[in-house]
Amino acid sequence: MLSLYRPGTSPVHRARAGLKLAVLAALGTGLFAVPRIEVVLAALTGVLAAGLLVARLPAGALWTQVRPVWPLLAGLFGVHLLLTDALTGAVAVLRLLALVLAAAVVTATTRVTALVAVVEWLLRPLEVVGVRPARVGLMVAMTLRFIPVVAERAARIREAQAARGASGVRLGLLVPLLVQVLQLAHTLGEALDARGADDVPARRPRRT
Amino acid sequence: MRWGRRGADAPATATLPRTAVELRDVTHAYGDRTVLADVSLTLTESRIGVIGANGSGKSTFARLLNGLVVPTAGTVLVDGLDTRTQVRDVRRRVGFVFQDPDAQIVHPTVAEDVAFGLINQAVPADEVARRVDEVLVQYGLDGHRDHPAHLLSGGQKQLLAIAGVLVMRPQRVVFDEPTTLLDLGNTRRVARVVDGLEQHVVVVTHHLDLLAGFDRVLVFEGGRVAADGTPAETVPWYVARSG
Repeated sequence: MLSLYRPGTSPVHRARAGLKLAVLAALGTGLFAVPRIEVVLAALTGVLAAGLLVARLPAGALWTQVRPVWPLLAGLFGVHLLLTDALTGAVAVLRLLALVLAAAVVTATTRVTALVAVVEWLLRPLEVVGVRPARVGLMVAMTLRFIPVVAERAARIREAQAARGASGVRLGLLVPLLVQVLQLAHTLGEALDARGADDVPARRPRRT
Repeated sequence: MRWGRRGADAPATATLPRTAVELRDVTHAYGDRTVLADVSLTLTESRIGVIGANGSGKSTFARLLNGLVVPTAGTVLVDGLDTRTQVRDVRRRVGFVFQDPDAQIVHPTVAEDVAFGLINQAVPADEVARRVDEVLVQYGLDGHRDHPAHLLSGGQKQLLAIAGVLVMRPQRVVFDEPTTLLDLGNTRRVARVVDGLEQHVVVVTHHLDLLAGFDRVLVFEGGRVAADGTPAETVPWYVARSG
């Protein structure tokens, strides 16, 4: 999600973010409601076709998303082999694999702002109780933006500590990182003011 | 060149040009610590540099110009608008570029971040798209429009930060040490961008080379304007004074 978007003009790219998220939600619900191997295989094939053939995403982009969950999937299959049977294990693993791939296709073909706009749209009913959807959307976008920034600062602190002889002291990272994050938050607050965040409209402007 | 003057060049309001920034007897303190003391200035020049040692009050001065900081005492007027009471209007006129671009890029990807200020101003989406494309091309970022901001180089991040401000078409831009974190090549690149701006510009910097060709340079010392004149007058004085 942080750096997964791959620009393109395919029908999948052009589809509305809300529609893609709705399909993703329906797929997740459907796969858990109908736990049959032929349904799961069909869903997996469909997701791969949508990602590789229609959206023309490189296989490596999808594999990047699957790789971190691979041990989890293998472990899940192992548990099923011990407790149930191979077919049930295959259904469980392939179902999760299909959902991870489907989420990867959605994030690789959808701009963050489009996803944030969906979040804002979903929150609109809460305006009556004082929730400001644009503010929540901005918060979501900033969270995605600052995860790598904070990770980078943590890495710099770790390097600085290692350069001065510290090794393996994870707790020692917390205080300097917290100080840096607070400083960053202060400047970010100023930057938001300077860029007119106070003026955030209740809703996003529409195309004329 | 004027040394250690306070208030002498602040004209009466009746004679103040509408296109000016005016500080009248401005003092600012963080708690007990006074960082600016009784500063009075009228800024009408197109290119103004601000130099001084760390802690001399430069950054606080810069923040006063678009209302990020409101003076503890005194008044700051931007084109006649009071930063204390008309801060939104002031911020639409005065853009601000921070030292650390990472702290002012708020969206995950380049084009989305450039669009942020325009969306805040409720600019119609078609115009947002057109203006974003325009500045991305202008600052050589069009090839990165959908790239994650955190993967850009330091120089590209600073250009993105500048693009995000300039897309809002402010009449003035304040730069707070925009090249401090950059290498030589990127420093020169940012300097060329600043040189090419049609807006009135105030640049706080430690890179004295940037100030060549500027109309006026203010030297801050201990929260006061210690010297005020052309770069040829003030920079050598500051260098000599800094030892």
